[in-house]
Amino acid sequence: MNPLIPKNQNTLKPNPGMTLIVKVVTRLTVGLILLFGIYIVLHGHLSPGGGFAGGVIIALSFIHLTLAFGKDFALRKLSESKASLLESLGAIMFLTIATLGFLGGYFFYNFFISKGKPFNLFSAGIIPLCNIAICLKVGAGLFAIFLVLILFRLPEKKE
Amino acid sequence: MYILPLFVVIPLGGAFLISLLGKRMKAIPDSLGFICTGSLFLFSLFSVFLTSNMEVIVYKVGGWVPPIGICMVLDGLTSFMLVTLNLVSFLVAIYSVSYMERYTDKWKFYVLFFLMLAGMNGIVVTGDLFNLFVFLEIASISSYALVAFGTEEEELEASFKYAIMGSVASSFILLGIALLYSIAATLNMADISLEIAKLQSSSRILKFIIVLFIMGFGLKAALIPFHAWLPDAHPSAPAPISAMLSGVLIKVLGVYALIRIFFNVIGTDKTILSILIILGIISMIMGAFLAIGQKDMKRMLAYSSISQIGYIIFAIGIQTPLAIFAGLFHLINHAVFKSLLFLNSGAVEYSADTRNLDEMGGLNNRLIITGHTSLIGSMSISGIPPLSGFWSKLLIILAAVQAKYVGLAIVAILVSILTLAYYLRLQRDAFFGRLNERLKAIKEVPWTMQVSMLILAFVCIFGGLMLIPFLRPFLHNAADALLEGRNYAGLVLGAVK
Amino acid sequence: MITYFLCLALFCVGLYCVLRKRNLIKIIIGLGIIDYAVNLFFVLIGYRHKGRAPILSSTQEIKNMVDPIPQALVLTAIVIGLAVTALIVAIAMRLYEKYGTFDITKIKRLKG
Repeated sequence: MNPLIPKNQNTLKPNPGMTLIVKVVTRLTVGLILLFGIYIVLHGHLSPGGGFAGGVIIALSFIHLTLAFGKDFALRKLSESKASLLESLGAIMFLTIATLGFLGGYFFYNFFISKGKPFNLFSAGIIPLCNIAICLKVGAGLFAIFLVLILFRLPEKKE
Repeated sequence: MYILPLFVVIPLGGAFLISLLGKRMKAIPDSLGFICTGSLFLFSLFSVFLTSNMEVIVYKVGGWVPPIGICMVLDGLTSFMLVTLNLVSFLVAIYSVSYMERYTDKWKFYVLFFLMLAGMNGIVVTGDLFNLFVFLEIASISSYALVAFGTEEEELEASFKYAIMGSVASSFILLGIALLYSIAATLNMADISLEIAKLQSSSRILKFIIVLFIMGFGLKAALIPFHAWLPDAHPSAPAPISAMLSGVLIKVLGVYALIRIFFNVIGTDKTILSILIILGIISMIMGAFLAIGQKDMKRMLAYSSISQIGYIIFAIGIQTPLAIFAGLFHLINHAVFKSLLFLNSGAVEYSADTRNLDEMGGLNNRLIITGHTSLIGSMSISGIPPLSGFWSKLLIILAAVQAKYVGLAIVAILVSILTLAYYLRLQRDAFFGRLNERLKAIKEVPWTMQVSMLILAFVCIFGGLMLIPFLRPFLHNAADALLEGRNYAGLVLGAVK
Repeated sequence: MITYFLCLALFCVGLYCVLRKRNLIKIIIGLGIIDYAVNLFFVLIGYRHKGRAPILSSTQEIKNMVDPIPQALVLTAIVIGLAVTALIVAIAMRLYEKYGTFDITKIKRLKG
């Protein structure tokens, strides 16, 4: 027997998650964490943060859900195939923004969105769009990595 | 001038599209692979035409003027590396259409392959130091994943070793970039060389930066004593990836980045050149000695790569015009014949299911195209006239004699004789002789694999024609771009409009 | 000045961990320590005397800011370190599945 594998790892019964207190607190906080992540992404050009940090926080909200409620519940919210799809869409959106700039002159050139006044929410050209694209890719990508790492079940050792 | 960003955009776009659609439609990865790499090869040939009259083309990303913005630079050395890189990757993409059928999830292979290609193209065209680091990491991480693609025991162990050593080398490079930023206050390569020229040349921090870069890029280029990952990683990868790794990746990540930073940004003096010559000679000798006793075909080819990279670094370290010309000529020759040899070993593995030289024999009776192209590749790498390898080795030895390193030239000749010895052993054990009993029923490989091997053998035979005066400017511009040295800064900043 | 030497000391601790430890997971942790040390060094290079955080504000007037370029570069380097760590951990888990041990002295099928 391998001492590193817990005893019920190899059975296939559904994972019940953690205790009741953790589940109640998670129901309250996971929506707030998601909202906070979206706030950091959208205000990336005004305050520190941006696409990557916001994406990590959004992925953390899904991981929080997985840890508290069990893998099956979280997979019903965002399955692996949807996470892969979102990830590819985020990457293609970023590349499309860059290539649209190419049509206007240079790569990443900003000719189709106004720059606006500083310190407004709708300003700074293509930077908020790039932040949203990066947030999709990073958030979905990190959640997909986490799913791959925890879905890996070691097979039973046959002596 | 607008084709410069396409070298990065086309493989990235291909990778993301294949990751979106590749699982559902089976025809998309193969056709996109062929179209993207084919178009990249045509663009690289066009870029040679653009730089044919020795002008430097600069592309400002986003319209920001350097040194505030990132710029992409196309000069002679860049277009030379682009042609080498895209030719080999085009043929490897054709080859892997039928070779990768025996692995599951062919679309994942194509995604990683295109990411590696985007990283390598980005290293070659960029003119900004941190951009070079980011693309270096993209290419390295994709290659760690590609080495472990088959997920057998040996492949995972080789990939783990390669990943740890590669990451430590990348952190050395990042430390060097941090220190270089602290003295130069800018990240544009042309601007850094202007700032370093203002420093006194014997400052201690510059010596520390040089040592860090030699350690970091030397590991990526598999020089001795940083070679320990290569004999495990290159045999364990699938055959088209071994061809890419050994043929192109160690040259772009290791040799190109090293010589770009040392010749154009920091500037060379006698100590750096003598370190390069010593590392080159040691790699030459040790690679050849370690290759002689190998029983695994791909492991022998991997050690031979170490030896030939030693030749290239030795030639570049001499720093006369003829020597740099010879070193770059050997670079493109080695890319062509090493990838041909690795693709041959992949074809042997596809048909006969073995890599061990003791179990093979007489394959020339069954695998006709594979056997003959392998013979051409082996003779070319050993330096038999009139194949292409002979000319490049002859030029290296002549350049060494001309620069008064006669003893080292004799060492190079002896190592070349050793190379001939172990390649003749490879040919005799694998292809000539009587057909082994277990291999009576094998057939020739599919036509896509034959086509790429034939084209590479064709380039091997006629590679010596690059020396005729009509085609010589291709290599001459590349060598001149290195010999400009610090004038690179003036050329780049002058070409910014 | 002392902070730079402490960063380099942290780098050496991570390097010792990669070189001398026998467990795969400890090697991965050592690689993480190397990444932290280099990123910290890079950010500390950008410090200016009595500088503030490099964020523009519409209400206050800022005289002295630290250098924002190393902060942007370190953000990229942290993402790269994360990707490498994720890949290496996945490889290490599959290594455990195939070999049954995390000890690198027993994972030695490739020799010569």
